[in-house]
Amino acid sequence: MLTKRIVPCLDIKDGRTVKGVNFVDLRDAGDPVVLAKQYAEVGADELVFLDIAATLENRSTTLDMVLRVAEQVNIPFTVGGGISSIEHVDALLKNGADKVSINSSAVKRPELINELSNKFGSQCIVVAIDAMLIHGEWIVHLAGGTIPTEIKLFDWAIEVEQRGAGEILFTSMNHDGTKSGFANEALSKLSNLINIPIIASGGAGTVKHFVDAFKKGKADAALAASVFHFGEIPIVELKEELKQQGIPVRI
Amino acid sequence: MNLKIVNYGAGNIKSIQFAFQRLGYEAVLTNNPEQLLKADKVIFPGVGEASSAMKKLKESKLDKVIPELKQPVLGICLGMQLMCNYTEEGETKGLGIFDVDVKRFSNTVKVPQMGWNTVKNLKSDLFKGIDNDSYMYLVHSFYAENCCQAIATTDYELEYASALENDNFFGVQFHPEKSGKTGEVLLKNFLQL
Repeated sequence: MLTKRIVPCLDIKDGRTVKGVNFVDLRDAGDPVVLAKQYAEVGADELVFLDIAATLENRSTTLDMVLRVAEQVNIPFTVGGGISSIEHVDALLKNGADKVSINSSAVKRPELINELSNKFGSQCIVVAIDAMLIHGEWIVHLAGGTIPTEIKLFDWAIEVEQRGAGEILFTSMNHDGTKSGFANEALSKLSNLINIPIIASGGAGTVKHFVDAFKKGKADAALAASVFHFGEIPIVELKEELKQQGIPVRI
Repeated sequence: MNLKIVNYGAGNIKSIQFAFQRLGYEAVLTNNPEQLLKADKVIFPGVGEASSAMKKLKESKLDKVIPELKQPVLGICLGMQLMCNYTEEGETKGLGIFDVDVKRFSNTVKVPQMGWNTVKNLKSDLFKGIDNDSYMYLVHSFYAENCCQAIATTDYELEYASALENDNFFGVQFHPEKSGKTGEVLLKNFLQL
């Protein structure tokens, strides 16, 4: 049976992990390769690296990091942040990234999704959507959730699938950072509406939140950062509990 | 060991090279038929769309070379699918090494299948030391039907062939290079065939 995926997300700046990584027993928690290997070891199913300060100038630094991760890590990983061209995606995939995640660039120019999935295949194109619930409507936001658009989440998700995305990474701005649980209602609606996998993001605080994201939110994967980085929820224990709750996981 | 990867512009080559590097072997890319014929082992990778991949194979005449190879050959993902008779993706005629067709999952399940699923009914030395119900990483929208050449099956919508064998030819739908320690065991087994 296909299992539900647990996905730690690492924020990257200048090829180093930033903010809130507090693993014990790590020589260098700022080294993405060290962290990634550690996560692979404890049972993470895949990893997301988000370049939070992506610029043209530091592109080669990130590419170098991707190459080093691919060299040493034996589970799949996605790279996102500041990606807006075929050439950039080509370079990331050639350096060993399994998937790339695009966000604002897809909203600004939706054809990019078609172009990328035609050239590289749907399976490696993730479209990340940041949305906020405003007066009962889920509204898509740009630039890390800071700039509102007029686009509605569910319309955009359908378009994204039709244009050839292989997966959607949905972050609820209302839940992100609150540790109060994932946006299960919106997740479940998304899952009924589209037929590509959905990664839930934003709001993980407890093991039960993950259970709910899979059971109520019908998510295919759940992404979190700080609860993993600070060891608040050890992945081994999380997966044991998910299994107890009848959720298929890889142990 | 003379280990070659068929180079026809398919993606994700780096991950395969790195996986062998972690095992202590260098896998070299080539589209040169003579080099492929001389290799001890050949990897036939593939990511992307079937009809355009087959077109690229034909352009470099590799569609004639691969079926002639006598040493162990391992097709991975789309590589395995192209070794079958026919695939619904782009209505593409395959190399006919595996006597089976490739179909698309129906929309009763999410397509692509993405993530870790189990392999069972394991046969062949390729799976030596790998237990039934071990997890492998898969990303695919098309599948090979279960058939007598299946050496592993996986359940998703239906039971399909997640690995195939015919003489010196092997194919795996999953990505051993991304399947953690279990994937490494499989790659090691392939090198020892």
